[in-house]
Amino acid sequence: MLLIHCPYCDETLPEVEFTYAGEAHIARPENPSEMSDDAWQQFLFMRDNVKGDHFERWRHLHGCGRFFNAVRNTVTDKFLTTYKAGAPRPDLAALKEGQK
Amino acid sequence: MTRFNAFSLLKNAVTGHKGWTEQWPDSQPKAEYDVVVVGAGGHGLGAAYYLAAQHGITNIAVIDKGWLGGGNTGRNTTIIRSNYLYDESARLFDHSVDLWQTLSQELNYNVMYSNRGVLMLAHTVHDVQSFKRHVHANRLNGVDNRWLTPQECKEYCPPINISKTSRYPVMGGALQERAGTARHDAVAWGYARGAAARGVDIIQNCAVTAIRRNPDGSVAGVDTEKGFIKAKKVAVSASGHNTQVMATADVRLPLESMPLQALVSEPVKPIFPCVVMSNAVHAYCSQSDKGELVIGSGTDQYVSYSQRGGLPLIEHTIAAISEVFPIFNRMRMLRKWAGITDNTPDRSPIIGKTPVKNLYVNCGWGTGGFKATPGSAHVFAWTIAKDEPHPINAPFTLDRFRTGRLIDEAAAAAVAH
Ligand SMILES: [Zn+2]
Repeated sequence: MLLIHCPYCDETLPEVEFTYAGEAHIARPENPSEMSDDAWQQFLFMRDNVKGDHFERWRHLHGCGRFFNAVRNTVTDKFLTTYKAGAPRPDLAALKEGQK
Repeated sequence: MTRFNAFSLLKNAVTGHKGWTEQWPDSQPKAEYDVVVVGAGGHGLGAAYYLAAQHGITNIAVIDKGWLGGGNTGRNTTIIRSNYLYDESARLFDHSVDLWQTLSQELNYNVMYSNRGVLMLAHTVHDVQSFKRHVHANRLNGVDNRWLTPQECKEYCPPINISKTSRYPVMGGALQERAGTARHDAVAWGYARGAAARGVDIIQNCAVTAIRRNPDGSVAGVDTEKGFIKAKKVAVSASGHNTQVMATADVRLPLESMPLQALVSEPVKPIFPCVVMSNAVHAYCSQSDKGELVIGSGTDQYVSYSQRGGLPLIEHTIAAISEVFPIFNRMRMLRKWAGITDNTPDRSPIIGKTPVKNLYVNCGWGTGGFKATPGSAHVFAWTIAKDEPHPINAPFTLDRFRTGRLIDEAAAAAVAH
């Protein structure tokens, strides 16, 4: 059972309260009508599918209902941090230093 | 390699089984191959087998970072069926079911294919409508599938609870009688043995670290833990790790790797005659020849490479099994495990050429790859040999995610396969 910290509720809660929402920091296109098919393909479908530290979205579905971002290691499944939607990507090196 | 037949079995039986020779040699890499297949699962070994057996290409290496058949080939629930909604999928999976029928004879290796039937239970009005639509679509495509009443479901599979008062009442079921199960390990072993007998090198415990390319962009070979191996063509069939392998050739894939868990019970006497799947309560179940109930459901929801998965999903699966088969609710489970499945957005595979010349990929099988092993391997071998897709895999391109011509089995079934 993963334990996930919701940055809005500021509580660490069991995984069953949350739903996964895919890779984080994929920005919606500014000018959709000017996008090429290639760009749409990258935006809609292509994913980094990282083996290691992964920036990803979660939603606290059975709680506050809000989306937030997380960094989780996809090999150990261990969360490095969670942070509010809209916040910039945290510095990975600093996070890993904090884990030691 | 000794051929298996009644005479060789008898001869070895009376001589204490000391005369059997190894089924395939544990090869070391040569400097150069015509084709290097990355990933020695059923799909990769099968592709090597068909390249050698049907296309006359025998200078092949199949390379794996672990043991052959040690990934998802050895981790699935062995269900085989072809009752997919769309024409493209029906053709692909039914091609596979066709090949399953005679695979043991073709390979001279008993893959224990058992067409015991796959029954998909409907629990809601929506299920009934959707499954009947599947039955009609399948029959138009020549795929066998028929509708059963709850009573007929019970007759086909007695452990099913068809009480009207159950939480998820059975309102009927769709039965594909030609579907069933096979012995998963034997499929990898049979293809490995058949390929090796035709000159294919199987190189185990040797991770491919990168795909190397020529200055013109075409494939030059692969870097491995045992050094560089030159190759005219490289075919990637690495299931959960396709993203990482293909990224070394600058090919991005629309994949997310997620754990798919399965579990088995303690072995019991034969009680469960077929395969039963229930999409609404989300579990599937069959009984192995050893007597264990083999149980599975959908993937964990998050990207992960831990071959473990989370317990909430197992709890959900067991709750569903106990509901549909109350007779099993005191059974003890022996063990559980997970395989890392590579899932596409439309839940259909990608089998074909890539933007890199002489690089081919067979990926995105998600949770449904085992059933497709022979068909997938067969059309992949064709694609590699002829540098063009077989008509069956022609729609399953990587390019469909650019053109939008998806094969949306995700929407069609609304469940893992
Ligand atoms: Zn919250």
